[in-house]
Amino acid sequence: MYEIIENKSIGEGVNVYKINAPDIAVKALPGQFIILRVHKKGERIPITIADIDKNAGCITILVQTLGKTTHLLSELKAGDELADLVGPLGIPSEIENFGTVVCIGGGFGIAAVHPIAKALKNAGNDVISIIGARRKDLLLMENEMRSASSGLLIATDDGSYGTKGFVTDILKRLIVDDKKNIIRVIAIGPVPMMKAVSDFTKKYNIKTIVSLNPIMIDGTGMCGACRVLIGGQTKFACVDGPDFDAHQVDFENLVNRQKFYEDEEKSSYECHRKEHHNF
Amino acid sequence: MENKNKEQLILDTKERLKIKRHDMPAQNSAKRVQNFKEVSIGYLIEDAIEEAKRCIDCKVPYCIQGCPVSIDIPAFIKLIEKGDFLGAAKKIREKSSLPAICGRVCPQEDQCEKVCTIGRRKDSTSVAIGNLERFAADYEAEHGKNNNISYGKNLYDKKIAIVGAGPSGLAAAGELRQKGYRVSIFEALHEVGGVLIYGVPEFRLPKSILLREVQILKDMGVEIFTNVVIGKTITVDELLNEKGYSAVFIGTGAGTPKFLNIPGEELNGVYSANEFLTRVNLMRAYDMNEYDTPMKCGKTLVVFGAGNTAMDAVRTGLRLGYSDARIFYRRSRNEMTARLEEIHHAEQEGIRFDFLINPVRFIGDEKQNLKQVECERMELGEPDESGRRRPVPIKGSEFIADVDAAVIAIGTNVNPIVPSSTSGMDLNKWGYIIADEKTGKTTKKGVFAGGDIVTGAATVILAMGAGKNAADAIEQYLKTNIW
Ligand SMILES: Cc1cc2nc3c(=O)[nH]c(=O)nc-3n(C[C@H](O)[C@H](O)[C@H](O)COP(=O)(O)OP(=O)(O)OC[C@H]3O[C@@H](n4cnc5c(N)ncnc54)[C@H](O)[C@@H]3O)c2cc1C
Ligand SMILES: Cc1cc2nc3c(=O)[nH]c(=O)nc-3n(C[C@H](O)[C@H](O)[C@H](O)COP(=O)(O)OP(=O)(O)OC[C@H]3O[C@@H](n4cnc5c(N)ncnc54)[C@H](O)[C@@H]3O)c2cc1C
Ligand code: SF4
Ligand code: FES
Repeated sequence: MYEIIENKSIGEGVNVYKINAPDIAVKALPGQFIILRVHKKGERIPITIADIDKNAGCITILVQTLGKTTHLLSELKAGDELADLVGPLGIPSEIENFGTVVCIGGGFGIAAVHPIAKALKNAGNDVISIIGARRKDLLLMENEMRSASSGLLIATDDGSYGTKGFVTDILKRLIVDDKKNIIRVIAIGPVPMMKAVSDFTKKYNIKTIVSLNPIMIDGTGMCGACRVLIGGQTKFACVDGPDFDAHQVDFENLVNRQKFYEDEEKSSYECHRKEHHNF
Repeated sequence: MENKNKEQLILDTKERLKIKRHDMPAQNSAKRVQNFKEVSIGYLIEDAIEEAKRCIDCKVPYCIQGCPVSIDIPAFIKLIEKGDFLGAAKKIREKSSLPAICGRVCPQEDQCEKVCTIGRRKDSTSVAIGNLERFAADYEAEHGKNNNISYGKNLYDKKIAIVGAGPSGLAAAGELRQKGYRVSIFEALHEVGGVLIYGVPEFRLPKSILLREVQILKDMGVEIFTNVVIGKTITVDELLNEKGYSAVFIGTGAGTPKFLNIPGEELNGVYSANEFLTRVNLMRAYDMNEYDTPMKCGKTLVVFGAGNTAMDAVRTGLRLGYSDARIFYRRSRNEMTARLEEIHHAEQEGIRFDFLINPVRFIGDEKQNLKQVECERMELGEPDESGRRRPVPIKGSEFIADVDAAVIAIGTNVNPIVPSSTSGMDLNKWGYIIADEKTGKTTKKGVFAGGDIVTGAATVILAMGAGKNAADAIEQYLKTNIW
C-alpha cells in the first residue's frame, strides 16, 4: 500500500524518501505533514511533506535518523512498504502575496520550509531564503531551495560555505543593513533556531511564523499530547497548527515537552542496536 | 440437558424468586492488578442457566423499556434457560449488532437492570441481564460460526461510505451490508473500533472480542480503509460527488479531550485521559519490550473525574505500576457517572477515592515535570442545570499533594475536522452535527450522522443504536430518493 519508491542518504544521518501515496499527494499543501508507522508494533511519527508530485502520486519526505523509528525507516529499501501512512494532516501554511518574505530553514527544517517557499514564490512574493547548517557537507536541498526562492543565502557555523555564523546573522543583515521591507518571516528548524529568529523579529515587529514539532500520537486532535502554549492558551499543534505566530509561542515549554520521553527513547534505541546490529 | 430443561420450565415464580443473583466471576483483585487480562471471567453454562431462571418473564417487561435498543430481554433469557444459547444470541442480534461488547460495557444498572421487576422487590437484586447477554454472545462466538450472518450479498450497486469505525459506524456498516449494499468504512486511525480500541482497556474489553466483530464485517464483504482522515485525505463532499457514494454516515465520535484550563496544565506528566489510554491501549505501551511507543511510570497517579474514562485511566495506572493511584472528584460519590461494576472493581483493586476536591494549579520542577498539584476542597451547593448539586469551593481549604502524574478525565468536545470540512451541514452551538433523532438525517442531502458526534459523549449502546437506525433510514432514502 504505502510503498517506498526511493530511499537515498543525502548526508550524515539524513535520508530522503519518496513514497507512493496518491491520495495524499492529490491533497497535500505546503505546511502539512504525514504520520507514519514503519512496522505493526511501531510508534506513530509525524514528518513534514517536503515535496509533492501529484502526477506520479507520490510525496517526498526528509528524515533525520535519530532514534529507533527513524533508524528502522532508514533501513527500508525501494519496494518495501510502510505499515501505516496517514495525511495530509495539519492546517496548510498561509500562502498569499505578502510582498517580500524571508523563508528560513535549519536542519530538516529546510525540507519543511521548501514547499512553503515554492508556493510563496508562485504566489508572487519576493522570496529570500536563508538556510543553515553546521558544515557545508551537512547542508540540505541547496539546489531545490535556490529554485524555490528569488534569492538564497547560506550560513554555516564553521564558515565552510556561505556566511560564517547563524541564519539569524544573515537575517539581521537583511533587516538592519539592507533595510529590506520584510512583511513576513517563516522559520522552521530546531527549536533554538526558531526561538532566536522569533526573538529577533519581535524587536522589529515583523510577523513571524514557525512550524512546531511537539510529540504527537494520533495527529487528529484526539489525544492532546501535542499541546503547545500559544499566547498562554493551550492549542493542539496537529489540528490548530503546526504553523503558529512565533511571537506567541512558549518555546521553553515546547523543548521540555519534546524531551519528556528521552530516557525511554534512548533505551529503546540501545536495545534495538544491541539486538540487531551488535554495536 | 434436554430433560433438565423441561424441569426448569415448570418452575413456579416462588421458586424463581428464591434464587440468588449469580455474581460475575472475576480474577482475584490482588492478582489482576498485575496484568492487563480481562477482569470478569464470564458465566459457566450452569451459572447462566441458573441466573436465567430468576427472570419471571413478566407480562409487562420493564426491562425492554429500559433498554435503549429494545432488545427482547425475557425472550433471550428464556432461550438461555432452555439451553438454546445460539438462539438467545440470535434474539439479541435482532436489535444489537455488538452483543459481546454491550454485555461488557453497557451501564445496565441505569438501563434494563434498573427497572427489572425482580430488582424492584424488597431485598432482591435485578436479573443479571448484562452478564447473560455477554454469556450468549461469547457462546455464539465460540460455538456458533456464522450464526446470523448473511455473507457477501450484493443486491444493489449503490455504495455507502461510513466515516469512523466506532460502535456507531460498525453497526451502520453491518446493517447496510446485510441489506445488500456495498459498504466502505473510512477510519482515521490505523486500527478500527473507535473508543473501544483506543479508550476502553484490555482488562475490560479484550481486543480479541472487538476483532471478532470486525472480522465478521470483513467476512461479510465490508471494505475497511484505515489511515484515512475524512476532511483531510478525502472530504464528505468528495465521497458524494466524486467517489461515487450514494450516502454517507458520519460516526466520528466526540474525541477531543477537554482540559481544565488551570495553570501548569502544559507540564510533562499531565495527560488527557485520551493520551494516557491511547498510549497504553491503541499503541500497547504496557508492553514496551514489544511495542515502541513509550510510557512513563511513577509512584503517585491522580485522576480527575469520575466517569468510565476516569476509572479506566486510574486502573490502567495501577496496572502500569503506580503504587498509589487515586481519583480526585469535585462532586460526591452519588454523582459519579461510571458503571457501578467499574467502581466496585476499582475499589476492590485498592483505588482510593477522594471526593469534593478540585485542582487549581499544577506545579512542576525546573524541567517542567509535574511534581505537585494544588487543590481546593468543595462543598455541595444548589442544584445546577444537570440537576446535580453544584460543588462550590470552601475558602482557605487549599492543600498541595505530591504527584508523579495527573490524568484529566473531565469529558470531551467535538472534533471539528469533519463538521468544518463538510458543506451545507448544520451544527449546534457546541459544534455537534444536527441530525434527526430517529433517522440520523442531517441537513445535508445524503448525509446521516449518529453516535457521540450528534449527542456528545454518551454510550456504546446509544451509538450502536444510532448506527442501526440510520442504516434503516439510508435504505429508505436510497430506495425512494426522498429526503
Ligand atoms: C509536525 C512535525 C513535523 C516533523 N517533521 C519532520 C521532518 O520533516 N523530518 C524529520 O526528520 N523530523 C521531523 N519531525 C520530528 C520527528 O517526528 C522525530 O524526529 C521522530 O519522531 C523521531 O523518532 P525516533 O523514534 O527515531 O526518535 P526518538 O529517539 O524516539 O526521539 C527523538 C526525539 O524526537 C522527538 N519525537 C519522538 N517521538 C515523537 C513523536 N511521536 N512525535 C513527534 N516527535 C517525536 C522527541 O523530541 C525525541 O526526543 C517532525 C515532528 C513534527 C511534530
Ligand atoms: C475511556 C472511555 C471509556 C468508556 N466506557 C464506556 C462504557 O463502559 N460503556 C459505555 O456505554 N460507554 C463508554 N464510553 C463511551 C463510548 O465509548 C462512546 O459513547 C462510544 O464509543 C461512541 O461511539 P461513536 O461510534 O459515536 O464514536 P467513537 O467510538 O468515538 O468512534 C469514532 C471513530 O471515528 C474516527 N474518526 C474521527 N474523526 C475521523 C475522521 N475525520 N475521519 C475518519 N475517522 C474519524 C475515530 O478515530 C474513531 O475511531 C467510554 C468512553 C471512553 C472515552
Ligand atoms: S423485568 Fe426482569 S424479570 Fe421481568 S422480564 Fe425483564 S429481566 Fe425478566
Ligand atoms: S497528536 Fe493527538 S491531539 Fe495532536
